[in-house]
Amino acid sequence: MPTLDIQNLQVAIGDKPIVKGLSLTIRSGEVHAIMGPNGTGKSTLAKAIAGHPDYTITGGDVLLDGKSILEMEADERARSGLFLAFQYPSEIPGVTIANFLRAALQARLGEGEEIDATAYYKRLYGKMDMLTIDRKFTSRAVNEGFSGGEKKRCEILQMAMLEPKFALMDETDSGLDIDALRIVSEGVNALRGPGLGVLLITHYQRLLNYIVPDFVHVMYDGRIVKSGDKSLALELEAKGYDWVKKAV
Amino acid sequence: MSKVSTASPSQIGRFTSEAFAVHLAEQKSAPAWWLERKRAAYAQFAALPMPRRTDEAWRFSNIGTLSLDGAVLAAKAGPVAPVAGFTPTLSFANNQLVSAHVPPALAAQGVIVTTLAEAAAKHADLLKAHFMAQPQKLGSAKFAALHSAFVGDGAFVHIPKSVELADPVVIQHAASGDQAAVFPHTLVVAEENARATVVDLLVSAAGGRHLAVGANDLYAGHGAQLTYIGAQNWSRDTLAFQLNSIVVRRDARAQSLNLHLGARQARHESLSQLQAPGAFSEMLALTVADGTQEFDQRTLQIHQAPNTKSDLLYKNALLAKARTIFSGLIVVDPDAQKTDAYQSNRNLMLSDDAEANSLPGLEIQANDVRCTHGATSSRIDPEQEFYLQSRGIHREAADELITFGFFEEVLNRLASDPIHEALRDLIRSKFQK
Repeated sequence: MPTLDIQNLQVAIGDKPIVKGLSLTIRSGEVHAIMGPNGTGKSTLAKAIAGHPDYTITGGDVLLDGKSILEMEADERARSGLFLAFQYPSEIPGVTIANFLRAALQARLGEGEEIDATAYYKRLYGKMDMLTIDRKFTSRAVNEGFSGGEKKRCEILQMAMLEPKFALMDETDSGLDIDALRIVSEGVNALRGPGLGVLLITHYQRLLNYIVPDFVHVMYDGRIVKSGDKSLALELEAKGYDWVKKAV
Repeated sequence: MSKVSTASPSQIGRFTSEAFAVHLAEQKSAPAWWLERKRAAYAQFAALPMPRRTDEAWRFSNIGTLSLDGAVLAAKAGPVAPVAGFTPTLSFANNQLVSAHVPPALAAQGVIVTTLAEAAAKHADLLKAHFMAQPQKLGSAKFAALHSAFVGDGAFVHIPKSVELADPVVIQHAASGDQAAVFPHTLVVAEENARATVVDLLVSAAGGRHLAVGANDLYAGHGAQLTYIGAQNWSRDTLAFQLNSIVVRRDARAQSLNLHLGARQARHESLSQLQAPGAFSEMLALTVADGTQEFDQRTLQIHQAPNTKSDLLYKNALLAKARTIFSGLIVVDPDAQKTDAYQSNRNLMLSDDAEANSLPGLEIQANDVRCTHGATSSRIDPEQEFYLQSRGIHREAADELITFGFFEEVLNRLASDPIHEALRDLIRSKFQK
């Protein structure tokens, strides 16, 4: 069974340690939620695992199916089965969603292999329908002029098309109104299954009403300080993060 | 100024008076006036000095590598395969026509698509009026004269009054063989209210060192709409000059897009003259510069009448140790009130070792005008690169995608989707090398 194994991971930005020894094992089919106050290192954890060049791994390891990914560039990690749903997706002027996704799928094929255009569009439109994304979006530039909800739906669309083994979802609920939150959550739930492991990063319990996690972890000051099942999220909602801070 | 007989080899290369005499002898059927023009041009070529480091028109250019040495007038060559996605109406190789496929529908509309030689015989007045008839103001008078002296069988396209062409006229000019000197020429006259698109393809049959000294004369008559697309993909060992003239008459619109991919060192000069009220020239260019290539672009937008408009957008993507130079000037004559002129040069730096030089300029003699210009150079945004890489796209492919996105603003200005797509393929081929 595919696993994403985060072992005593330490991450710094410049000289500043942000993630200070975090361990977590995610098995395929599981949804783990990481909650925690702002500035505690949740996004840093996600970006570092995805291979963002600004983040330095100063210790520990991340294993995908038993193999360290830390020496890989971001693109190789993605082709190995990792996906990062961005909190703030980049705008790529002039590059249409159709061409962008096609390039991403093409990158996964061997030399000389070409994507079947008809099958590609059929699949793309199917996923767009599922996420109630207008088909006209395929010819719009990636994230350019998108609303917050459109950007997040576009992230889920990419995830649906790329079929990762593990998805790191960074504050996917931020900037969403209740309707967009529902649509995005339904999309994630539709992708849930034995072939996908999810690490859901969120500040609020709200998202977990829609995407019900198997495990909840509380992160504080670069470490996981408490783990439990979905009831932990409710407890956290009731007692607030100060409860965790005091317990540390 | 030195005389013809005393021109040193470094000034004329192997384009000696003997070589010119041989060339003239081959133009047996040409009319006397055409030969006389060639003689005058040769004299001018031989008399003019090579560009000097101190010439303002050549500022930032690599003068040391401009040598004419070695190249000789190209020998006859066989047909060259067309650029993918294009079906040439006329195809030239080494200054001679090698194939012609003029659709009967064109002839039925009265459109003339023929060679300069035939035009010299049958349409002398048009050729006299438009062939290299505009001033050389951008620094390459010597190379323009060389072109006129040695030009062979170029293309002559005439679209009569009120005729609209459904499909583009595609002209391919190819160079073949080491040290081949070619002088491609495309002349387009769109008469009153005519509408046409003409594509010029400049290509090498294979590798090898070429000297290409090309020119194109574009004329958009009263109310005409002329689109010109020049795609330059010479061999990587070519020294290229391309001299472009655009004349725009009353209420006419000229759109030009030059794509620069090939050559070792390529100089492109483009002159737009807005001669009557309502004239509009849209000047577009895209360059992919890699390796140690140098692309040197000089432009001049001259507003000679009131209520004229020009809009220039030149975009360069620079990789490796490539260099680009953009020097553009907007001139507004004293009585050209209500001029609306725009000039923009944007450089996308994909390498720390590449170098982009920009010299935008204005010379305004009227007081009621709107003129803006600007130049920017920016690096690829690392967040954009990471975003694409995080989707599994290799770094090089990510840079290519971002470059295409950067170019799209220019390509989107073309009305023709098939040409847009063929140009994309041509650009893509450069990234796949």
